[in-house]
Amino acid sequence: MYQYDEQDHKLIRERVAQFRGQTERYLAGELSEEQFLPLRLQNGLYIQRLAPMLRIAVPYGLLNSTQVRRLAHITRKYDKGYAHFTTRQNVQLNWPNLEDVPDILAELAEVEMHAVQTSGNCIRNTTTDQFAGVARDELVDPRPYCELIRQWSTFHPEFAFLPRKFKIAVCGAAEDRAAIRAHDIGVQIVRNDHGETGFQVFVGGGLGRTPIIGVAIRDFLPEVHLLSYLEAIVRVYNQLGRRDNKFKARIKILVKALGAEEFARRVEAEWEQIKDGADELPREAIEWSKRFFPQPAYKSVNGSHAEAVLRDQAGSDKAFSRWLERNTFPHRVPGYQAVTLSTKPTGIPPGDVTDRQLEAIADLADEFSFGEVRVTHEQNVVLADVEQERLYELWQAARKHGFATPNIGTLTDMICCPGGDYCSLANAKSIPVAEAIQRKFDDLDYLYDLGDLHLNISGCMNACGHHHIGHIGILGVDKKGEEFYQIQLGGSANEKASLGTVLGPSFSRDEMPDTIGKILDVFVENRQPEELFIDTYHRIGLQPFKERVYAKAS
Amino acid sequence: MPKPAKKPVGAQPENPARLIIDGAVVENQWSLLPLDEEAEITAADLAPGRVILPLSTWLELRDQLQARKGEIGVWLDSDETADLIGEYASELPLIAAHFPLFTDGRAFTAGRLLRSRYGFTGELRAVGSFMRDQLTYLTRCGFNAFAYQGEQTLEGLLDSLQDFTDSYQSSVDQPLPIYRRRSLAG
Repeated sequence: MYQYDEQDHKLIRERVAQFRGQTERYLAGELSEEQFLPLRLQNGLYIQRLAPMLRIAVPYGLLNSTQVRRLAHITRKYDKGYAHFTTRQNVQLNWPNLEDVPDILAELAEVEMHAVQTSGNCIRNTTTDQFAGVARDELVDPRPYCELIRQWSTFHPEFAFLPRKFKIAVCGAAEDRAAIRAHDIGVQIVRNDHGETGFQVFVGGGLGRTPIIGVAIRDFLPEVHLLSYLEAIVRVYNQLGRRDNKFKARIKILVKALGAEEFARRVEAEWEQIKDGADELPREAIEWSKRFFPQPAYKSVNGSHAEAVLRDQAGSDKAFSRWLERNTFPHRVPGYQAVTLSTKPTGIPPGDVTDRQLEAIADLADEFSFGEVRVTHEQNVVLADVEQERLYELWQAARKHGFATPNIGTLTDMICCPGGDYCSLANAKSIPVAEAIQRKFDDLDYLYDLGDLHLNISGCMNACGHHHIGHIGILGVDKKGEEFYQIQLGGSANEKASLGTVLGPSFSRDEMPDTIGKILDVFVENRQPEELFIDTYHRIGLQPFKERVYAKAS
Repeated sequence: MPKPAKKPVGAQPENPARLIIDGAVVENQWSLLPLDEEAEITAADLAPGRVILPLSTWLELRDQLQARKGEIGVWLDSDETADLIGEYASELPLIAAHFPLFTDGRAFTAGRLLRSRYGFTGELRAVGSFMRDQLTYLTRCGFNAFAYQGEQTLEGLLDSLQDFTDSYQSSVDQPLPIYRRRSLAG
């Protein structure tokens, strides 16, 4: 993974010193709440319902075991001994003291971490595929480009006070596991007819109050122009994006108002002026970035032998077989497999891990996966490079630490925002709904029979739980001071991205598990062999679900 | 050059008596004419000496003020883009960019483009509600003068010009991005 040089270290140290001074001025009354707000946000610090929340950046989801151990230490020393993985591959602490935050940032800086631009109206952490570098369907490893984007966007002097937050995601594979069409800019790595690497560029995607799927404004951008093109997009947005209403300030609103063609024309006109300038990305810079993401020292393994051993183990142990089926992912190198550690056993808020679990993750990474860990946008943790011969051993260890719930990609592997239990924006709690659904559908055979099914829950229309792009999306709403839940069906985040459609009137929390049950019944009764929930939905439409769910009791 | 549309008059920049120029606290040598859409201003109305005009006034009177070229500056409001001055920038002694709110970041782009695209070499002055913590970003976007309108002593702000001593991106004060300055050899 990327390693800081003296310049990176210096910049992050200077940032910590700057924020220490700002915090002191705020505590001394020299900075008003209003002035301190954007400064603390750009250092990851929110003031939440119950306490401050600190969002720590995990650039494109990649951590080493040293960093994970440092996070464990920080949760113990400054917080309540647990942390939360977010849908943007970051880590959140829910209970730090404001006065301690500069010290926390200094401790993070020692292990090449920070909380820069994890909030505020600036360019946020760039995200990507959790299986980058190992997926079989990958065209080009996206991480070297993500790192170049990280450097370009960090402390960008022109773009620190944009109309609104700005999120970039990069995908290098055939299947879009980074939800790039739900981002302000989505970058898809492609090859042209001459075999040259470049990018298809999407803009204006986003969730929130006005969910929109991003549109492609360029089908092939040569890689040398990556940063100048991003700069042109953000410059057009900085000048023209609305600043009079924060709910209309995202780039998606500008793209919609101008029309994608006109927006693209303006970007191209701006880009023409800068594309041959200093921001041109020379071949050496790309090669330099690639050297930080080398292929690990894989053993030469007899792939078919390893597969055979695995089949034997799976054949004699049902529980292992289930885990193998759901929680591992094919690897492009024979004899290896990627493993997802589930943070979603029933009864734990999705994405929450304790300090001990963080240390266990670090140990497992050192023992089984070259000391590297990835955070997924589904809030789980990936060990990307595990020998197939050691999967059984890893499974047993993961089970001991509570990471082996074999539910990845199933109904109970849900994305869920912190909701009304923590967040001051939320209309409704989301964690208890997630838990009630997990409790009702705890029969693994049933879950597997349902197959891949994404259920996403947001506690308000800001959509941090990505409910619009869940196959089943749940949105918490407030009705005269009471918490209700609206259901949407048919959303999808991948390369066939689509937004869900509202089923009908909302439900009380108690009604939710049974209502989800009725929706699943309609699917099971109507599906054709091999059909997933989303396929059946697309074939039969909303109506049959609606009829069942709202049928009058006879 | 297109003329900007009439717009409601918002917060006006103050013109403090002292300011920071090129890292030193100095007396302000310029007066600043606020925007007043109602007033019909002619070249003869303008006070003698150095004066900073609203963009719309400058566009109207520019030709008549040729003789006073060295003492006429322009201020851009945050919704006025650098291309409205365009190539004329190279002839101006001073351009000010207004922050009606410190969170309104359009002036950063205006500054950067005036310097890097339109050849502006005169004094680039931040006016309005910008804050101390933005000084390094402003400097990097080409600003060299800061008409700070807060209560704090200007001397106390000078330290913030040194918050960062390096940068990742290309900008006005550092034309090369970090990947063109690093040793990229393996």
